[in-house]
Amino acid sequence: MTGAWSAARLVVERDLRLAFRNRAQLLHPLLFFAIVTTLFPLALSPEASRLRDVAPGVLWVAALLSSLLAIEFLFRDDAQDGTLEQYALSGQSLTWLLFAKTVSHWLLAGLPLALMSPVAAYGLGVPTSAVPGIVASVALGTVALSLLGAVTAGLTIGIRRGGALLSLLTLPLAVPLLIFGAQATARAIAGSGIAGPMYFLAAFTVLGITLAPLAAAAAVRISLE
Amino acid sequence: MDWTWFHRFGSPPHLYRIAGRLMPWFAWPTAILIALGLYGGLVLAPPDYQQGDGFRIIYVHAPSAWLSLMAYTTMALAAGAGLIWRMKVAHALAASCAPIGAWFTVAALGTGMLWGKPMWGTYWVWDPRLTSELVLLFLYLGYMGLRAAIEDPQRADRASAVLAIVGLVNVPIVHYSVEWWNSIHQAPSVMKFGKPTISWPMLTPLLIMFVGFTLLFAALVLVRVRGEILRRERQSRWVAEVVAS
Repeated sequence: MTGAWSAARLVVERDLRLAFRNRAQLLHPLLFFAIVTTLFPLALSPEASRLRDVAPGVLWVAALLSSLLAIEFLFRDDAQDGTLEQYALSGQSLTWLLFAKTVSHWLLAGLPLALMSPVAAYGLGVPTSAVPGIVASVALGTVALSLLGAVTAGLTIGIRRGGALLSLLTLPLAVPLLIFGAQATARAIAGSGIAGPMYFLAAFTVLGITLAPLAAAAAVRISLE
Repeated sequence: MDWTWFHRFGSPPHLYRIAGRLMPWFAWPTAILIALGLYGGLVLAPPDYQQGDGFRIIYVHAPSAWLSLMAYTTMALAAGAGLIWRMKVAHALAASCAPIGAWFTVAALGTGMLWGKPMWGTYWVWDPRLTSELVLLFLYLGYMGLRAAIEDPQRADRASAVLAIVGLVNVPIVHYSVEWWNSIHQAPSVMKFGKPTISWPMLTPLLIMFVGFTLLFAALVLVRVRGEILRRERQSRWVAEVVAS
């Protein structure tokens, strides 16, 4: 039997390979993020000073919504073609395999979002000195979001037109991430230390790593019954 | 030790009968206590030196807010019991708690807003407690939405149970994050009440209302769980006998 590490590596490799064979699905959440952050200057005003004030909120709400789009695809294809059932029957810990799946999901959705956020931030009049803080906070926040999304996506497997329901389930639970993520971004823009909110984000991430894969495995098992 | 009494709770007809028999024992004290509490709160208690008579809405608001949280906790614990011991009636209990808790949340929000109009000059401010009540309402709606979206009743029970437990872990986190967020954003112009040193004539009716509302919740759950059990067991013979008699 395959060891736990190589099983996880195989899951991640498979997910990455599938994603790169179907690049459009990777790009859609990122495009959505770019478009939403473009809409705000059009709706509010092109003035840099006003945009800078709302930039943390705009960036984080856009990041949250585009992550939600990505979360919808987290289990969908694997549930349809029976891969998830194979995972559940493989004799490996389903918790562990889903954790690996969450890691690959973050690599494909969260990390690109974090790397793209400085571009969107620059468009909103954010000084370049804030870039490291913004990238770090989005990168950390999306880890916790992927973990949370694994639970809610697991619960909504097989529900037809589950997209709206998925948002209803995920967004209230993501409120703390939004608060501390936006706070970290606001502090990075203001040039003050971001350590405080980042510690909170890190704490949520650790809590998520500990509990979310267990809940996700329970959810997936129930959905597969 | 003999556990049969506990296992008998797992039997739907048994719980149906017990709930029916217990209901009046909760309903009558509820009616008496709420009547007493309202009389004490609306008539006997003196007006507040700062808020006048406006503070009296607390006699409905605070117990509703307390029950919005207690109903969620009860729901999540019942859901957990259903998940662990695969008790059908525990899931029925969790399902009956959700709409009641959601309505208590709506009541807490509504009375909070009514209180806010004369006190803050507006129905809505992003006060931390109001905001976390609103998030709690979304959690309830998500729970009920998930339940409604899954057709297979057993799967709906178990999936919503996982959600309720995840929500239970999250509720305190949301609450304290919102409080922290508010302490940063809220301008100090909003009236800030310290820990009120509430006098006994004001406090006693409030405590009575707390007990009354908690019993009201118990009575409502008992009524609802009976309906829920009947609906779930509608194929079985004992339900046909109950309906026929």
